[in-house]
Amino acid sequence: MSGFEYANAPESKAIANIDNSYGLFIGGKFVNPKKGKSFNTINPATEEILSKIGYADRLDVDLAVKSARTAFTKIWSKMPAKERGKYLYRIARIMQERAREFAVVETLDNGKPIRESRDTDIPLAAAHFFYHAGWADKLDYVGLGNKPKPVGVVGQIIPWNFPLLMLAWKIAPALAAGNTVVLKPAETTPLTALLFAQVCQQAGLPDGVVNIITGDGVTGAALVNHPDINKIAFTGSTEVGKAIARSISATKKSATLELGGKAANLVFDDAAIDEAVEGIVNGIFFNQGHVCCAGSRLLLQENIADEVLEKLKKRMSLIRVGDPMDKNTDLGAINSAEQLKRIQEISNTGDAEGANRWSPECKLPSKGFWYPPTIFTGVSQSHRIAREEIFGPVLSVLTFRTPAEGIEKANNTMYGLSAGIWSDKGSKVLWAAKQLKAGVIWSNTFNKFDPASPFGGYKESGWGREGGRHGLAGYLTSDVKASK
Amino acid sequence: MSRIDVNKTYKLFIGGAFPRSESGRVYEVKGANKKFIANPSLASRKDLRDAVVAAKSAHSGWANATAFNRGQILYRIAEIMEGRSEQFIDEICELEGVTSKAAKIQIEEAIDTWVWYSGWCDKLSSVTGSLNQVSGPFYNFTSPEALGVVAIFAENKPSLLGVVRTLAPVIAGGNAAVLIASENYPLSAITLSEVIATSDMPAGVVNILTGKSSELAPWVGAHMEIDGVDVAGLSKKQEEELRLVGADNLKRVFRFSSINHPDRITSFMEQKTVWHPIGI
Amino acid sequence: MIVDGSEGSLKKFLADLAPVDQVGADSRAAMLATRSIKTTSKAWAIDMAISMVDLTTLEGADSPGKVKALCSKAVRPDPTDPTVPMVGAICVYNDMVKIARTELNTLGGKDIAVAAVATAFPSGRASLAVKKLDTQDALNAGANEIDMVIDRGAFLSGRVGEVFEEIKIIKQLCGDKAHLKVILETGELVTYDNVRKASYLAMLAGADFIKTSTGKVTPAATAPVVLVMLEAVRDYFILTGNKIGVKPAGGIRTTKDAIKQLVLVNETAGPEWLNPSLFRIGASALLNDLLMQRIKLRTGHYASANYVTMD
Repeated sequence: MSGFEYANAPESKAIANIDNSYGLFIGGKFVNPKKGKSFNTINPATEEILSKIGYADRLDVDLAVKSARTAFTKIWSKMPAKERGKYLYRIARIMQERAREFAVVETLDNGKPIRESRDTDIPLAAAHFFYHAGWADKLDYVGLGNKPKPVGVVGQIIPWNFPLLMLAWKIAPALAAGNTVVLKPAETTPLTALLFAQVCQQAGLPDGVVNIITGDGVTGAALVNHPDINKIAFTGSTEVGKAIARSISATKKSATLELGGKAANLVFDDAAIDEAVEGIVNGIFFNQGHVCCAGSRLLLQENIADEVLEKLKKRMSLIRVGDPMDKNTDLGAINSAEQLKRIQEISNTGDAEGANRWSPECKLPSKGFWYPPTIFTGVSQSHRIAREEIFGPVLSVLTFRTPAEGIEKANNTMYGLSAGIWSDKGSKVLWAAKQLKAGVIWSNTFNKFDPASPFGGYKESGWGREGGRHGLAGYLTSDVKASK
Repeated sequence: MSRIDVNKTYKLFIGGAFPRSESGRVYEVKGANKKFIANPSLASRKDLRDAVVAAKSAHSGWANATAFNRGQILYRIAEIMEGRSEQFIDEICELEGVTSKAAKIQIEEAIDTWVWYSGWCDKLSSVTGSLNQVSGPFYNFTSPEALGVVAIFAENKPSLLGVVRTLAPVIAGGNAAVLIASENYPLSAITLSEVIATSDMPAGVVNILTGKSSELAPWVGAHMEIDGVDVAGLSKKQEEELRLVGADNLKRVFRFSSINHPDRITSFMEQKTVWHPIGI
Repeated sequence: MIVDGSEGSLKKFLADLAPVDQVGADSRAAMLATRSIKTTSKAWAIDMAISMVDLTTLEGADSPGKVKALCSKAVRPDPTDPTVPMVGAICVYNDMVKIARTELNTLGGKDIAVAAVATAFPSGRASLAVKKLDTQDALNAGANEIDMVIDRGAFLSGRVGEVFEEIKIIKQLCGDKAHLKVILETGELVTYDNVRKASYLAMLAGADFIKTSTGKVTPAATAPVVLVMLEAVRDYFILTGNKIGVKPAGGIRTTKDAIKQLVLVNETAGPEWLNPSLFRIGASALLNDLLMQRIKLRTGHYASANYVTMD
């Protein structure tokens, strides 16, 4: 052996008990779809089929909503709040107990590195339940007056980038506030949601409080358009978010939307450069860049641009791309062939529009869907790669000369989900944080999440917040806001 | 022969000035007794556009003014209205056909509404923001920040109070407003603009148009520089149509009950969360 | 020349260094600590770590017998297995240098260096004249490496010129007879910004190695401190073309700790630093744990402490 090459350190798959097929989770039981249709979910790192998943159509959606409505009126809304809370605590604990299993299944189904599912996704998901469990009997203190009421039955649609974590972001506050839910996981990553259904069974959660229906966009649309849904909570693309806003425009349904982003990550010349480089890498290469709040636009102050880029490239060559199950992998598989195509397509416009592409040397596996960590320099604001969400490990690098110019460029987007600031000067950090039009500002850090911290976007990045007191309020009715 | 009154020409209020509609159009407003009162401007989509431009350029100055300063200016509006009570009462009586006692109650309530929202300006972060206990060495706080430009369709009646309880919360949070007055009951709104013009309110923070909601609503819904809409004065059908086109830039569209509430302010604000490491 | 040695030029140079964000550095170090080193790479890392050990005894109770035993361990860490490499150096107080050198030579450990802690180790609280004599004494006794301590008091009160000057003088004494390792005592410098500044100060003044700690103060060689020092030598190389070594010392007791250090080196300064001439680990108990893990890898069974020699 020459030098320090890390031998394979694969996590064992043995702990993952993935069934050959799964039905829909309706009324506390796994049931077959009415029409018996199904689809496969695959491991994007190997293209192997992991399981056959039931496909919910309109009839199944209707059943699920009915089951949620019954559970809402007969059980969940009547249950003493502290008992509701205890169910959530139970769920949190079971998730912690089965954390390793969840991590393995998540990585197999999603393609993200096991290090991330193990150290980020699963612990945070359990933490969300633990946090919200404590809220259940304290709703009088949310700030909406005494005894705020739940919204009712909530339809929830989540994306494939953080399957279990997004489920937790949706289900935990909804249940804590006294709502019941019908949740549709993403078509390509249904497994941890189905595992979660088993957790609900183990926790003895009353039937119908949580219903999980698997399917595609058509299933999601049927859920959005179901007349007995009171609220839609959606995380996904801005395009679909707008479509949902249109579909519910003539209804009484309210909505929380967590949509796309094109976050600016501003590095000022007085920044802690080594940590900024780490933050840049974490900002765009965490989870293969499949992050709505990814720091996909790097804005470097011109007088340090060369130094930062040199360090960034050096750091990027250390990124270990490959088998997501290997504990040393930093960048895993792209979630689907479709997403890979999209990344390729937008990135290629970067070449065509005259930006300079750079990737470190890295050997990509032959099977599965892969994209190397990539940066584009010489990018201007008008380039497509500086405006559109790529949702992949592709970073556009721009420069600015003065703080004001940096802010102007950062804000020059229809999105407003997140932004990063790197500076060692406190007053400048607070100034920039105030100027940036984004719902989450990470200063001298990036891509940090916590159940107590509200998350959500300005402008076309969405409606409302998730997490913290502000997120919880979205699942309760307000005294003054007319229920449309 | 008794003296001939000098009647007021009711004009638009855009960017601190009182222009007529660029379209040259007016329409007739009649009193409760069906008699002619005034020919206010019938605002066009271009007037709306001008109002949004004025609001957009006034927004950041207003949002970045200290909350204390915003509160003082809102209070100043209340002070000036108090002095002009008689005029408002006359207009309300004439237009709504209510007793002067009822009109007096309305203006008193309107003035008190300004005072109430004035006091909210510098308490929003304390009451609606939070310091979040994240698990890690980070200082993490959430505080509200104005949305930008908010359009308001004022209710018909009560014609003054309906304007104030929609407008005050919108600007208290630091937004700039474009208020479309009730088509049939616009006088109080216009007179209010004269109050605002003399109240130290920066030009463009409040813009008031008169005309037809039905004509302006689709333009408001589709205007990409408008971030939020209070649809108080729109019909259910108009609201739905506005929501449909408003989805193009994900406008924040709300209808509120008649009570005063801080939620009316924060509905047109974004909550911004800032993380910072704690270390040496 | 980067600095002219004047206090002003040094202060300006240090002030221009990028700051270190503590939380960011901690989290990078914590992330690298999750690297999973298995099978062949673990075997490689254990042998590399053994060859990097500065086998240390720095006690008031040190005696010729104790030092001789340590020398024997240094030359043949595992008497039952000749494939185990020799350690990098023996690290002792001045009065033990001659004994160690002689014993090592006798046992066939000519290539093992003898490092002496000089300059009024560990506090450094003595006059420059004493520190010079102390160093000269160690050199006369045959030390190949001088582990000096910096004047932390002077550094913390802003007298960086004094710190620089002292290192320069000791370096001159060492000449080409001995390598100079400069101990920053990072536990007393407290902040990572200070660690970075002191690292540069030592390198500019002529250090061949920068070393974290005396082992007498905690915290000692924490992962983020080593990370910051590794970043410093990496960037100093880009700046000057000179490769400076790093030596964490204190608190590294297990194979796991040692491998984490090697991962830090690999992913910060780079693979070129994975070499006893550029990276050493100051330790005493560590060696036995490395040996036990080595046996475990070879035999597949967990080893017993009874099978490794206690010295």
